[in-house]
Amino acid sequence: MYHVVKKRLLATGIALLDVNAPAVAAKVEPGQFVIVRVDEQSERIPLTVMDFDREKGTITIVVQDVGYSSAIITGMNEGDAFQDFVGPLGVESEIENYGTVVCIGGGLGIAPIHPIARALKDAGNHVISVLGARSADLLILEDEMAAASSEVVIATNDGSKGVKGFVTDGLAQVLAQGHQVKAIWAIGPMIMMKAVVDYTRSLGIKTIVSMNPIMVDGTGMCGACRISVGNETKFACVDGPEFDGHLVDFDLAMKRLAFYKDEENRAKARLECNHEGGHH
Amino acid sequence: MAENVESTKKIKIPRHEMPCQEPEVRARNFEEVALGYTEETAVEEAKRCLQCKNPKCVSGCPVEVLIPEFIKKVAEGDFQEAGNVLKIKNSLPAVCGRVCPQENQCESKCILGIKGESVAIGRLERFAADFGMKTGKSEYEKPAPSGKRVAIIGAGPAGLACAGDLAKAGHAVTVLEALHVAGGVLMYGIPQFRLPKEIVQTEIENLKTMGVEILTNQVVGKITSVDELMENGYDAVFIGTGAGLPYFMDIPGENLNGVYSANEFLTRTNLMKGYKFPDYATPVKVGKNVAVLGAGNVAMDSARTALRLGAENVYIIYRRSRDEMPARKEELEHAEEEGIQFRLLTNPVAIEGDERGWVKSLTCLRYELGEPDASGRRAPIAIKGSEFDIPMDTVVVAIGQGPNPLVTTSTPGLELNKRGNIVADPETLMTSKPGVFAGGDIVTGAATVILAMGAGKKAAAGIDQYLKGK
Ligand SMILES: Cc1cc2nc3c(=O)[nH]c(=O)nc-3n(C[C@H](O)[C@H](O)[C@H](O)COP(=O)(O)OP(=O)(O)OC[C@H]3O[C@@H](n4cnc5c(N)ncnc54)[C@H](O)[C@@H]3O)c2cc1C
Ligand SMILES: Cc1cc2nc3c(=O)[nH]c(=O)nc-3n(C[C@H](O)[C@H](O)[C@H](O)COP(=O)(O)OP(=O)(O)OC[C@H]3O[C@@H](n4cnc5c(N)ncnc54)[C@H](O)[C@@H]3O)c2cc1C
Ligand code: SF4
Ligand code: SF4
Ligand code: FES
Repeated sequence: MYHVVKKRLLATGIALLDVNAPAVAAKVEPGQFVIVRVDEQSERIPLTVMDFDREKGTITIVVQDVGYSSAIITGMNEGDAFQDFVGPLGVESEIENYGTVVCIGGGLGIAPIHPIARALKDAGNHVISVLGARSADLLILEDEMAAASSEVVIATNDGSKGVKGFVTDGLAQVLAQGHQVKAIWAIGPMIMMKAVVDYTRSLGIKTIVSMNPIMVDGTGMCGACRISVGNETKFACVDGPEFDGHLVDFDLAMKRLAFYKDEENRAKARLECNHEGGHH
Repeated sequence: MAENVESTKKIKIPRHEMPCQEPEVRARNFEEVALGYTEETAVEEAKRCLQCKNPKCVSGCPVEVLIPEFIKKVAEGDFQEAGNVLKIKNSLPAVCGRVCPQENQCESKCILGIKGESVAIGRLERFAADFGMKTGKSEYEKPAPSGKRVAIIGAGPAGLACAGDLAKAGHAVTVLEALHVAGGVLMYGIPQFRLPKEIVQTEIENLKTMGVEILTNQVVGKITSVDELMENGYDAVFIGTGAGLPYFMDIPGENLNGVYSANEFLTRTNLMKGYKFPDYATPVKVGKNVAVLGAGNVAMDSARTALRLGAENVYIIYRRSRDEMPARKEELEHAEEEGIQFRLLTNPVAIEGDERGWVKSLTCLRYELGEPDASGRRAPIAIKGSEFDIPMDTVVVAIGQGPNPLVTTSTPGLELNKRGNIVADPETLMTSKPGVFAGGDIVTGAATVILAMGAGKKAAAGIDQYLKGK
């Protein structure tokens, strides 16, 4: 069993969990993910690794309550355990000394960008992190990102902190300062990643995105996670999850995320029903 | 002379039918279709066997099950012993009795089949194995430990059969499986209504009783590698990772919502129990009209699963004619009885979608059979201008699977053929890396349960030999 050894609420509906999984912690690298299953009835849920401690044997995940399964996971407490926890999955980030790089994390995407920023900094890069959130109270992992980066720029949609606007506005500010940016990592909602690559395409700056399509096995067996990259079909779980953002067909990827909308709503409604039942 | 009279009489006894759920009923549930022989029927059927001195049937079985011997025990009513006899050659008889393509294997060679109907070897095998399982008696004496450790990658029929034989030889065996349950295709691919998962799990429990350690959630190539296993104290490694990479057709529209690989469709339904959604949290979706592309076992399983999930029209779309359909005969018949519609000599050329990215229809081309080629097979030829559309909500692509590269690409020095399958010595199943063996679908390409099992056993013998020489 894979126990939750520490839990911290980062914002409303966003939980950070340290999970005991020594074998995974021994091998994982930035950019990789795990798949978890809470119990026998559960789905297999892919989650990016936010941090890892090889000595303690823990993997840190950050989960946002967006539906049935993620609500169950964010509701887990210290001492609770996952029945299954498989990883590391996917290809690790290509870490080398590029010079100056920008790491963009939008919303929950700040969690997966964290180990990448840290590894890039450790490799000698000047890492400028651009963090985005709808408002200041939804901004997560600010301290951790400050430690993992050389500089941090914050953008909030409502202007409650940092630049008012989107991460692309934060990025524009960085570029306006004259930095010679060699590569960009952008992780966040699909719509955000699409906006970033549309912006950087004309500038000719290499931009890596991390794709989060619907997955089942995470080993290249089912093909659920297929996306189109440079007009070629790729399986995000084994070929990615990181891809050259300028080649990704985001419109297709966004449509595919809606495959189970009806079923997701049914499952969520049921969870809410059960909760109400519990109060009586 | 007397024997001849006897056999002439026996040829005249018709083969006993398998009792099944009624087609209209079973097409809407996930319970097992075939119900199994009663004791009386089993004895009657077993008595049809001529107990040949030189049994041809055995040569048709890839693992050479002691067919007349086990059937004799059934005929005598000693069902327990029949099961024991089966287990000598076949560690998964309850599985093979259900899923072997018997008509091409043991039963195709049965002498009774020449003039009449062959003995129902598969059905008898299932009966005897199920009996043994019910009584739960399986004798097993722990052998003296050899002091050697073997790692097995993949818990499909190849890996499990290899594990069983190695444990019997006294070696310490650890099986590493990527998914959260062991069983391979038996768990994630072949549906509940054809192979109840409880049976597979009982067989796996037996292996555990024999001391085999099974670790799930271990993706080799990621959490560890073949080389690391060898460095970390394993004396030999067996790779049985199967053919789990789904092929697509490379036609326009294949990434639309509503298009599944058969692997995804069946995994959601079987492994994740999507047919029990929302009690089980993994959804699986079928529309009113479902097209399954392909005509093998995987295609039949997908089509019949779609029907059970509530589809109204399910089509098998296949470029060749009925005679070429590679599925087991029984599955074809069952599919037809249940109302699966066959669109033969028809090939999909494109999947059309709506503006929201969902499947709307399937465009197909009609084919006709041309002149026989050198092999005598009549090749299908496209009829020009014969395109037509069928309205469709769901498309399941079941045209085959290839080798998954996770293990092979993370193992330097492992020789592969041009299709990406592992090359292994035909006698010992040792690969180009000393101490590393491989068998099952990862070597042969997608084949059958019994061939994979046979390979696992062969490799176990090869490994045992190798370890003795060490
Ligand atoms: C490689 C990868 C890394 C991810 N990392 C994180 C992470 O670090 N933190 C986090 O909170 N979330 C992460 N996700 C997304 C997370 O897996 C989904 O939010 C979760 O599966 C939603 O399940 P649900 O039942 O709560 O919601 P649902 O109501 O089922 O769905 C909500 C949305 O999540 C998506 N989704 C549903 N099922 C899956 C699935 N099996 N696989 C992927 N997406 C799905 C759908 O687009 C859907 O619109 C990641 C996804 C991938 C593929
Ligand atoms: C839907 C379907 C129906 C079929 N019907 C029939 C039938 O009726 N009769 C018949 O005889 N045959 C049938 N077959 C074929 C038969 O199931 C296969 O030939 C057989 O299962 C192959 O056995 P295997 O052990 O080589 O591989 P598999 O059964 O594929 O098992 C391989 C195992 O290895 C695991 N694995 C893969 N990669 C890794 C990794 N990197 N690390 C750890 N583990 C890994 C997989 O998760 C899997 O559990 C069918 C196949 C399918 C898909
Ligand atoms: S294992 Fe398969 S081929 Fe062999 S006797 Fe049994 S059913 Fe026939
Ligand atoms: S060939 Fe047929 S009749 Fe002869 S032993 Fe085998 S099953 Fe019996
Ligand atoms: S999740 Fe199944 S192939 Fe990627």
